[in-house]
Formats: sequence, C-alpha cells, structure tokens
Amino acid sequence: MSILLDETTKVIVQGITGKMARFHTKEMIDYGTNVVGGVVPGKGGETCEGVPVFDTVEDAVAATGAEASLVFVPPPFAADSIMEAADAGIRYCVCITDGIPAQDMIRVKRYMYRYPKDRRMVLTGPNCAGTISPGKAMLGIMPGHIYLKGNVGIVGRSGTLGYEAAAQLKELGLGVSTSVGIGGDPINGSSFRDILERFEADPDTHVVAMIGEIGGPQEAEAAEYIQNHMTKPVVAYVAGLTAPKGRTMGHAGAIISAFGESASEKVEILSAAGVTVAESPSIIGATIAGVLTPEAA
Amino acid sequence: MDIHEYQAKELLANFGVAVPDGALAYSPEQAAYRARELGGERWVVKSQIHAGGRGKAGGVKVCDSDVEIHDAADAMFGQKLVTHQTGPEGKGVYRVYVEAAVPIDREIYLGFVLDRTSQRVMIVASGEGGMEIEDISAEKPDSIVRATVEPAVGLREFQCRQMAFKLGIEAGQVQQFTRTLQGCYRAFTELDATMVEINPLVITSDNRVIALDAKMTFDDNALFRHPHVAELRDKSQEDPRESRAADRGLSYVGLDGNIGCIVNGAGLAMATMDTIKLAGGEPANFLDIGGGATPERVAKAFRLVLSDKNVQAILVNIFAGINRCDWVAEGVVQAMQEVGVEVPVIVRLAGTNVEEGQKILARSGLPIIRAATLNEAAERAVGAWRNDLSQGVVVREPGANAKILRAVS
Repeated sequence: MSILLDETTKVIVQGITGKMARFHTKEMIDYGTNVVGGVVPGKGGETCEGVPVFDTVEDAVAATGAEASLVFVPPPFAADSIMEAADAGIRYCVCITDGIPAQDMIRVKRYMYRYPKDRRMVLTGPNCAGTISPGKAMLGIMPGHIYLKGNVGIVGRSGTLGYEAAAQLKELGLGVSTSVGIGGDPINGSSFRDILERFEADPDTHVVAMIGEIGGPQEAEAAEYIQNHMTKPVVAYVAGLTAPKGRTMGHAGAIISAFGESASEKVEILSAAGVTVAESPSIIGATIAGVLTPEAA
Repeated sequence: MDIHEYQAKELLANFGVAVPDGALAYSPEQAAYRARELGGERWVVKSQIHAGGRGKAGGVKVCDSDVEIHDAADAMFGQKLVTHQTGPEGKGVYRVYVEAAVPIDREIYLGFVLDRTSQRVMIVASGEGGMEIEDISAEKPDSIVRATVEPAVGLREFQCRQMAFKLGIEAGQVQQFTRTLQGCYRAFTELDATMVEINPLVITSDNRVIALDAKMTFDDNALFRHPHVAELRDKSQEDPRESRAADRGLSYVGLDGNIGCIVNGAGLAMATMDTIKLAGGEPANFLDIGGGATPERVAKAFRLVLSDKNVQAILVNIFAGINRCDWVAEGVVQAMQEVGVEVPVIVRLAGTNVEEGQKILARSGLPIIRAATLNEAAERAVGAWRNDLSQGVVVREPGANAKILRAVS
C-alpha cells in the first residue's frame, strides 16, 4: 500500500498542453502512472501525449472516471482550476504552480469546505514537487529514478530537499512508500499533520521522514500530533538554521515572523515531542536507517 | 513588497479610513511650504523609510513653526535612519511626510495579518497603541483581542463591535471604529496585502478615529493584478543586490558570511547554508536559481554572488530533477570563463545525468573542486575558504586519491 496515489489511480493533467506540463505528463506516463486525460479550455477533442484533452474537468471526469488531478496552470488561473477540480468530484489534487496569490489560496480552502467530508477533495501544494509512490505512480515533477520502493514515508515542503533525502535513502538501500510535497506557500492544501495521519494509517509505511523549514506553525502542530497520536517513529530535519528573522527565504512561506517559527525553535519543539531530529541535512538518510527496526528495513 | 507610510495612508483613505491631512516633500524648503499649505499651528515631520521604530530613532519630529519644520527635515534628508527594524546599516531618507498634528486622547494598536494557523485573515488589536506588537505580546498579552475573518462573508459588523467594546471604545465612536476596520479589511483583500498595520489608531480629543501611522505589505505574487500598487515600489529602500536579483528572476538574500551559495530549490538552499554553518563556515547568501538552470542563469548567479565583496569561496549545489547535471555543468564552466571567478569554486552535482556533468567539469581544466555529497561540498568550501587561496588547496577528488588543485592565481 501507499498513500494518496497508486498505479490504479486515474489521473488527469490540468493545463496539459503547456510545454512543462507535456514534458512531465510524458515522464509520469513512462513511470507507469495511469494518466487518462488532460484539461485545457477550448482544446477539448484534441489529443496530447496520447491521452484525450477535455474542455472542463467535469467532462474529463464523466468520460474517464478520473480521480486525481495535477494542476499545471499559471498562477493567475491556478486557484480557479483547483476549485474546478474540487467541484467536479476529483478526490486528490496536486498543484505544482508556484506564485499563487495567498488570498486566492484562502478562497480555495474555503471553497473546498463547501463539500461534506466524504466527497471533499484532498489538495497538496501549491508550490510543490508533487507526490510519488515509488514503483507505482507519480503525480508531479520529481525525478522518479532517485526513489526506491520501500517503507519510509516522506513529507516535506521543499522539492529538491526531498530529493536529497530520497537519494540518501537509496544510497543506503532504503526505499520509500510515498513521498508527499506539501509545498512552500504560507497557505497550503494539506499540512504536515494531515499527511502524517495518512502515514500512520498506512501499513506499508514503517517510519516517516518529515522535512520542515522556517516559518509558520505547521511543524509545531505536527509535533503535537506525533506526541499524542503517532505510534510510528518520525525523523525530522528543519531547514533554515542560518536564516535571518523577517526575511523571506525563497518560498513565500519561509519567513520567521513569530515565536516558534525559527529552525532552532522548531527543532526544540519536535525533539520534545519524541521526534528524532537530524541536525544536518546530510544525515537524514542515516538517521532514518538508525531508527528503523531491522525487520522493517 | 513594502510601501511608505504616506502611500499606505493614501490607499487606505480610498477605502474610507480616516487619516490626518498631510503632504509629501522632497526637500526641507518643500516641507516648510507643505506645512503652510496644510495650515494649523502644529505639525509632524516624518521620515519615510520602509521600517518601523522611526519615532525612537529620531525619524519623527513634532514642530511648531515652518522654521522648525525646515530644520527638522534638513536633519533627516539624506541620513541613514537606523531603527530596530532596519539593521545596523539603516535606510536612507529621501522623502518626508508633513502632517497636521492631531490632539490624541487614546492610542490603539491595529493589525491585519495572514494567520497561518487558521489560514485566514486575522485582526489583532490592543488598547496599548504606540507600543510594538512584539512588546505588547510580551508585556501585556491580555490586552490583545483577535478576530478571524470568514472569507466567504468578509468582516462582519458584529465582529468589529465586539472588538470595539472589548477595547473599551466609547459607544459614540464604535461606528467610526467599525468603518476603519472594514476599510482596512477591504483594502487588505482587494489589494492583496499580506499585512496592514495601524499603530497607533488614535481617538482624538474631538472624538474622531484616525490612523496616525500606517504600514502595508503586499503579496509579491499578486502584484500582477495591481499595477498601481506595483508602481509604488521604492528601490532606494531595498538591498541593491536583492533588487537586482529580483529583477533577474532569482531569489537572493544577502547575509554576513564568506561562502557564497548557488543552489536550486529554496529548501535545499537553506539546507546548504545550514551545512556550511555546521562545517564551521558562514554562508554569504541565500540563492535559489530555480528549475531550468541555463548557462545564462548560472552566469547571472555567479555575478550576483561575486558582487558581494565578502565572498571568498562559492559553493554550487544542484540536485537535478527537472534540471540536468550536464546542462548545469556547462553553465558553471561557461559562467566561470565569462565572469572571471577568482575565488575557489566547489561544485556538488546530483541527480539526472550526474556522470556527464562531472565529466564536463573535469574536461574544462578549470580549478573546480568537486564534491559528491552535500556534506563533502560544505567541508571543502569551508576548507578552501580557510586556506591561503593563492597556494592551491588540497582536496580529495570524489572516489579518487588526494590531489592538489591549483586555485586561480
């Protein structure tokens, strides 16, 4: 098993005809992802990378039974596309787009709550690399070959830092159940806690690597959940030890603006919650190997 | 993006927020003239910089005559005003704002922020106006009242009334207070602000509710739909290297260390800085060159990092996902040939096409110090920075024997 995504998940790509979207659609199909279509308004009836294109997500869902969507739409229109997916009955949506206005994301989150829980879409991102269940499927822009299939769940804000962790694991012969990017924006679809809950319930995930960074309350919120509800070991790394206060470090959400938002404070909070913290990003893999029980490895 | 006080007041006034009469000046003479235009007997001269704490730093003066105004403005213009928010280098004063003084009865703190816990807009207010919010939350946390706004219906009047009564605002002024809050909220959402701060919001002795100061920060991601806000950008208030980087689509933050960093991805960039610190060095900057690292982009990054004269070594750390290591390597080689790099360069490549990338670096004949892992890269960067740079540095090639690489003479 894995979380959110496997080889049977029917996937559509919103904005499929864009240059980057085409490239990554091909990569996803090559990886084994069950891509069943794309959506671009006005291009319904065309074919792209061997899959049919629809005018609306509603049409795509009706024709293909799509369950998951990858949003590759430019920032001014991305929020609308996410809402369209939520309304059309998509169950899981990954938004790659970087640069969506925060107010738009507030509206997206409010909009998603119109739907009762049993038909509410799960969103990860925006501004993320996506989700991959190695050996099964990927919904995103990551290089699939750096992930081995296995029992480590990865959840992180940063794309390339997530790659770093996966590559270190591969080097040690350790694989990944699912890796989820929650993105670097201040208002995001799913929090660390949301994803940790799924890993806790997933029998194939034996240990979770949580890769946080400065800014925002979500690592602290995760620490509380880990302490009170999680039975599986969690290893964490928090980037931004050297980041100055009040400055945005690339990710719109990576800014220390309140107490508890610096890397050292987050490390303290996570350690106190029983999380094994890797002090350096170069020992994330080794730290996970250290906490994995032999039978799990 | 930050804007000046006078600009924020103008924007807020358009949304029905009451502000004092005021006018902008670019010289002491103009400041005195503006005061005569405004009329009255008492004025406040306020230096316009993108930082708070101006009052304590001498950037705000109350004056009783146009001569006083002239002298106060004269003392401000061209100075670097250092407040607790500017850092030791301060920010230059090139504009002053002259306002009619207002008879103050009460001062209130009022702030609108994006609350990341509720993922909504939150209003924070306190009866302890004039103090910084950090100090209020440390010293008088009980004075703070909060409300979050349901985005579907916006800020409701009952929420404003609730806040007003909690703050002890008199019944006769509740309506004005409500109008101020709703004006700020509309400005916040309609202009895509990430922060609106009015400190203080004052109640005057003649019962008016007036924004005596105003600070607004805008969402850079939304400036595309607010051209009239985007044009308020004042580059004189920004770190010149950071604004140059932003103009070139690079995300850069200058720091105090000696090891320059060129990385793809914000998280990995921060992690690289952390690793340098753990290896005993200090990073000179944060720099995310993003996906699609073309040779031009890498060259721009090198120029930018080298424009910081403190940089004594450069660490390039690329984990290629969408990027390809061979392309990045070409970029590094071209950039080094074009830009003329006189400090040691340490390159760590990983991910897609890493072997081809390593070959390109080796073939170039350039004194590039290669590293296989993040940790190795950081240790070598710190080692190269500590060594006498003209003597060459001893490094271990990845998977090879120790070998001396000559640094650029």
